[in-house]
Amino acid sequence: MERKIRVLIAKPGLDGHDRGAKLIARALRDAGMEVIYTGLRQTPQMIAEAALQEDVDIVGLSILSGAHMGLVPRLMDSMRELDLQDVYIFLGGIIPDEDVPALLEMGVKAVYGPGTSTEQVVSDVRNLVLGEDKV
Amino acid sequence: MAESVDIQALIDGDRRVLGQAITEVENDSPAGREALDALFVYSGRSHLVGVTGSPGAGKSSLVNQLALRFRSLPSEERVKVAIVAVDPSSPFTGGAILGDRVRMRDLSGDSGVFIRSMASRGTLGGLSRKTSAVVQVLDAAGYGLIIIETVGAGQSEVDIARLAHTTLVVEAPGMGDDIQAIKAGILEIADILVVNKADHPMADMTMRALRANLDLAQPQQFSVVERLHHRNMAFEPVAIPDLKNDVDSMEFWTPPIFKTVSTKGEGIDPVVEAIRNHSAFLKRNGQWHQREAARLQEELNDLLFTAFATQWRRSIDETLVAAVVKALMERKISPYQALDQLMGKNQR
Repeated sequence: MERKIRVLIAKPGLDGHDRGAKLIARALRDAGMEVIYTGLRQTPQMIAEAALQEDVDIVGLSILSGAHMGLVPRLMDSMRELDLQDVYIFLGGIIPDEDVPALLEMGVKAVYGPGTSTEQVVSDVRNLVLGEDKV
Repeated sequence: MAESVDIQALIDGDRRVLGQAITEVENDSPAGREALDALFVYSGRSHLVGVTGSPGAGKSSLVNQLALRFRSLPSEERVKVAIVAVDPSSPFTGGAILGDRVRMRDLSGDSGVFIRSMASRGTLGGLSRKTSAVVQVLDAAGYGLIIIETVGAGQSEVDIARLAHTTLVVEAPGMGDDIQAIKAGILEIADILVVNKADHPMADMTMRALRANLDLAQPQQFSVVERLHHRNMAFEPVAIPDLKNDVDSMEFWTPPIFKTVSTKGEGIDPVVEAIRNHSAFLKRNGQWHQREAARLQEELNDLLFTAFATQWRRSIDETLVAAVVKALMERKISPYQALDQLMGKNQR
């Protein structure tokens, strides 16, 4: 019996830079995970709906627009509406340090800024999903 | 994981339960197998439409457009639409990027559409080993139309034709000369041919090559058993009586060819009509049942092969295997001699 980690990588909001999202998607793929890539300009509802249909273990968001404090609570609401509160969320992009505590408070499991190693993200995702230890 | 699937909720349309059930089935867990057993009686009602073609031909964009059109049919003809999109797994790491949803964003927000991405997980042939089981779950969940998009396929990834009632082969312009068009394999399985990206200058040439190939074809229908005889079967295929034996009145299906530009939504309606006509054709001629019968027998066959291998592996002495493999590597025995030794036959 095979247990594959399934990850959704999504870009909510309006910024069109998806290099970071693709880099992470590729790193997770190379770590043996199945990565569903949804593309640009996803609304929180679209992301939650995709997470439900794909039954992913974890959702990674890439936000470079600065709109994270608006987008993340809306995503959390959409996830709860679909009974997906057990699906982990992590966030990457340009996130000011002072916003991080509030984001973690909202239920985001990890926040990654520029310069994070892909190894770090891969091992955090694996540990979160397989429940080996906390990030 | 491993809790059993709430079958009633799934039948009643709970999409969260459906998503989770598919995961269990895909992972071949005990809960997944139990769910398949319970759901089998509810399945067998959906029209399964396969979409295949080379990478970059525009399969996902076409599937997006087809699903949109089917969902905008008048309410008495409208059914729920499920899409199963298969992308390749890495042969080295087992990981995969499943990117077909990128082209299907028009479908989000419609609760009558369910899209599931699948990795091929080591299966060649354009599908994953579990695709047919996943399709069965969606069928039982009441999705009247299930579109299965294969891995970008080359010449011989023809498994989709065994699973689907109707197979669309999507070509992009400039695919090669007329010899490519008469080779056996992927073009042979087409019930409907689509030349996508038809705004490309080479489109008409590709149309001509495909049409010329169809003109060479003799209209014919292969019976179920005939088809199975070209496969390696663990048992003698069981024929189901042809519902229609009168050759004179037999209808033949000539695959139509269409031009589309799916990114702009052009030329889609005739394809939708052809898909519906093909379904009516299959039902009129007993072919629908024939295809189902062949599919179920092939599915059983695949399960048998897997089960035989598992059973054998459990019963075999691992040290014997290691010794035989070592002898093979040292070229002291041939692969066939190794086989004989492992299967307990006398050494030659």
